[in-house]
Amino acid sequence: MIDFVLPIALGLFSLSLLMNLFRLLRGPDVVDRILGLDTLNINAIAVIVLAGIAMDSRLIFEAALLIALMGFIGTVAMTQYLVRGDVIE
Amino acid sequence: MALLLIVLLPVLGALFTGAFAGNNARLNSLIAMLAPLVSLALALSLLPAILQGELVLAHWQWLPRLDLALSLRMDGLAMLFALLIIAMGLLVLLYGHFYFSGKPKDNQRFNGLLLLFMTAMLGIVTSENLLLMLVFWEMTSLVSFLLIGFKADQRAARRGARMTLVITGGGGLALLAGMVLIGQIIGSYQLSDVLASGDQIRQHSHYPLILLLVLLGAMTKSAQFPFHFWLPHAMTAPTPVSAYLHSATMVKAGIFLLARFHPVLAETDLWLYSVSTVGMATLLTGAFVAMFKHDIKGLLAYSTISHLGLITLLLGMGTRMGLIVGLFHLLNHAMFKAPLFMMAGIVEKATGSRDMQLINGLWRYMPYLMVLTGICAAAMAGLPLLNGFLSKKMFFAETLQSPFTGVLGWLTPTLAAVAGLLSVAYSVRIFHNVFFNGLPRDLPVFPPRPPARGILIPVTVLTLACIVVGLVPQYVVHTLLQQAAHAALGAPLPAYNLGLLHRFNLPFLMSALALTGGLVMYLYRRQLFAIYDRMPEVDAKENFEWLMLRAGNFAERQVHRLENGSLQRYGALLVATCLVLAGSALTGLTTWGGGVTTPADPVTVLAAVILMAAAVAAVVIHRQRLLALLLIGTCGLFVTLLFARFSAPDLALTQLSVEVMAVIIMMLALSFLPQTSPRESSSLRRLRDLILAVATGSGVAVLAYTVMTRPAQSISGFFLDNSLTGGGGSNVVNVILVDFRGFDTLGEITVLAIAAMAVFALTRNLQLKERVTRESGSYWASEPHPVILRMIARPVLPVALMVAGYIFLRGHNLPGGGFIAGLVASVALSLQYMAGGLVWAHQRMLTAFRPLIGAGLLLALATGLGSLAFGAPFLSSWFNHYHLPLLGEVELATALLFDLGVFMTVVGATLLILANLGNLMTLDGPGKEIG
Repeated sequence: MIDFVLPIALGLFSLSLLMNLFRLLRGPDVVDRILGLDTLNINAIAVIVLAGIAMDSRLIFEAALLIALMGFIGTVAMTQYLVRGDVIE
Repeated sequence: MALLLIVLLPVLGALFTGAFAGNNARLNSLIAMLAPLVSLALALSLLPAILQGELVLAHWQWLPRLDLALSLRMDGLAMLFALLIIAMGLLVLLYGHFYFSGKPKDNQRFNGLLLLFMTAMLGIVTSENLLLMLVFWEMTSLVSFLLIGFKADQRAARRGARMTLVITGGGGLALLAGMVLIGQIIGSYQLSDVLASGDQIRQHSHYPLILLLVLLGAMTKSAQFPFHFWLPHAMTAPTPVSAYLHSATMVKAGIFLLARFHPVLAETDLWLYSVSTVGMATLLTGAFVAMFKHDIKGLLAYSTISHLGLITLLLGMGTRMGLIVGLFHLLNHAMFKAPLFMMAGIVEKATGSRDMQLINGLWRYMPYLMVLTGICAAAMAGLPLLNGFLSKKMFFAETLQSPFTGVLGWLTPTLAAVAGLLSVAYSVRIFHNVFFNGLPRDLPVFPPRPPARGILIPVTVLTLACIVVGLVPQYVVHTLLQQAAHAALGAPLPAYNLGLLHRFNLPFLMSALALTGGLVMYLYRRQLFAIYDRMPEVDAKENFEWLMLRAGNFAERQVHRLENGSLQRYGALLVATCLVLAGSALTGLTTWGGGVTTPADPVTVLAAVILMAAAVAAVVIHRQRLLALLLIGTCGLFVTLLFARFSAPDLALTQLSVEVMAVIIMMLALSFLPQTSPRESSSLRRLRDLILAVATGSGVAVLAYTVMTRPAQSISGFFLDNSLTGGGGSNVVNVILVDFRGFDTLGEITVLAIAAMAVFALTRNLQLKERVTRESGSYWASEPHPVILRMIARPVLPVALMVAGYIFLRGHNLPGGGFIAGLVASVALSLQYMAGGLVWAHQRMLTAFRPLIGAGLLLALATGLGSLAFGAPFLSSWFNHYHLPLLGEVELATALLFDLGVFMTVVGATLLILANLGNLMTLDGPGKEIG
């Protein structure tokens, strides 16, 4: 079952990665782009988890954990910059 | 051992005065004088043996591969100079104590530097190894730079010091070359070997070159024409320094060199003509100019130049007797010139001036000093019954028997008599002008303050020495002089008698003529001054500064051609070099290897495509800086994914953390920068960059492909095999970082710490103008720290710290380690900065970032050094397995401590950068430095 589902899920998430990239490149606004990157992060987590299952490796789950943490903080930094013009006040 | 102590004691004394005396001037001087006193006692204990003609040697290895040995030698010549250096040093220290009274800080600095200088001088005269001698030679140049520039707040002092350093330092370089040539010809740098191979060197084809180089070293140091001009400008030094360096010691170092290398280089026509010409030119120039200097120290400086010229002339004539007379005069010169310098200092302190046009008639105020100065000036002029008379008369006798023939044969004694006449004139002038010649005029301090009694002690001692040596030279200096000359010549001495010198003969007549002529010249001084004033003025300092400026500008222009401050250019040069080097190596590539071992799956290909698209997009829109940052973040994310895909979890974790940290810091910097980059490059340059980038990128692709497709012997097998057994960890990456290549890691965290400190230093007193305003004019939100963000940020911290702790602890066996953990921790902390603000965060955390960095570095270093204590090489790790209750089997390795050091340094460095950059513009304006 899992062997059947995995390629489909990976394919779908890959597709969404492409769409995120489109938003990131296209904009039109900076907010769209930041949202694009944030969603790209989230979909990347999914891809990593799926790849971990496929490769039967638990180690790369941690990369997913860190992407979740770091992606969030990166997004915070960018929005903070956007909203206030300064990251640390 | 005694030899080594003689040389090193003064410098130890310097350390002690600095460490213990504090502001107590009396204690300071006492300690400062104690060390040379012991040195003197040790030297005197060796004296009987030296007088017997013995040679004392001491030898230690230092850098045998460079032929540099800590090898010392004490013979007659070295003993003569050593006694002169130590005794003079003691007297000058005593003088300096009173000279600097009321300025304990200056006194302490002076004592320390003077002692350091004493060691350097003693080192020169007692070195048995040529290279060791050069080390001390350079040391005198450097310390004299500090001593001449003692009053560093004065421009003249700084310029004088710089000039001295350039001239004597340049001479030192020439000397180095000369010594190396000698060493290469002989095959040894030991002085004993060199002295024994005089004929070999004189017959070698490089002899003229060697002679030129050694003479350059000696002549610059001893202020010989045409390098004499630095000495008058070095008079900006405090008077004790002048009394020591510029009359007794440093300027005699060149003379010492000539005497020391006499057996090797002298007794050729080349030596005879070059050295004696320089000596004669210096003798006359110095004596002539001295007469017309109104500054007491200026007069003394030129008179010193002239006397040095006299000694050089004597050595240059190359006769054995000439060498003896030269050494004798060197001793006498120190005895009468140093007290005259001291007198100049006393007068300057008393009247606030050194100008002889103002200072007149001081005999009413300082009768005792007048008597002392009279005696010393008489010795300088060469009056009978004083030491100067003896050596001058012997000098005249030598010029009469010079090896010159023809015109030079009678020209030499004539010019010598003229120089003698001039020296009488300026000697009379310094005595008569200062103490008589009417009344003082417009002195800054009037009436003159009487000098302290103690300051007269060294002057008295030296004056008495002048008299004693003048009266009974055969009992005082004869034996030592003989041994010194013997050591310098390495050959038997001619018979002579110092005691019979007061007899009447032709040299006596020359002395008498010089005396009368000098007096007459002094009487007509006003007319002579008038003539001198009409002569064109040559200011050596201005010329020198002009030359230095031109040289500096020239060098700067050459540097700017290559290094013009454009980062783009450096980048282009760097990439181009890389392309040429690697590309030329790749041209040998003939076959493309087989297939790739890891096949590419669709998802990986897609990730790679996205990575490339983001990279290209970043290049295209790089002028919009925020968007470019977003795209760089995307690139980082996909590089991370690819690392994870190809089983490099350590790399993935590190890449991710670094990426986020970099984005935050760049965002911080972006707050103070324009939002868009202006278009500055020409289209031609953009084309160049495009070609470079495409070519290099393709090159890297080819390189990567070829490496991946051919079977190669990898070094990873070694690490995989030895990581668990040798380093105690199964995570090879971490074991490599903390054990196999631990030294690299130590270097890397040191670099990180330095970079963080540099950011700290740069932002420390940075005054920024108003923050760059956005195009739209106002910010989107008025609330700087939205409540939702603050609430979410708080629980993130403990979770993130736990993750960091986990990654840190298990790093030795599974992906992780100090570096990643440190980054995760700092990213979590920086979230608190962003959410709550700098002030809010700092109320809740320790901000001692710099101590944290230091502690981390020290811990890492101490762990490494700890293995030395157990006899293992630096940074070997030790580990063992323990069974703990609740936790079960636990492995403890010293590498964990090292990793903790890495962790601390990383956290400290990133937070230091972050906090100080963020601090540049807080809500309340720029804050104080943090960390």
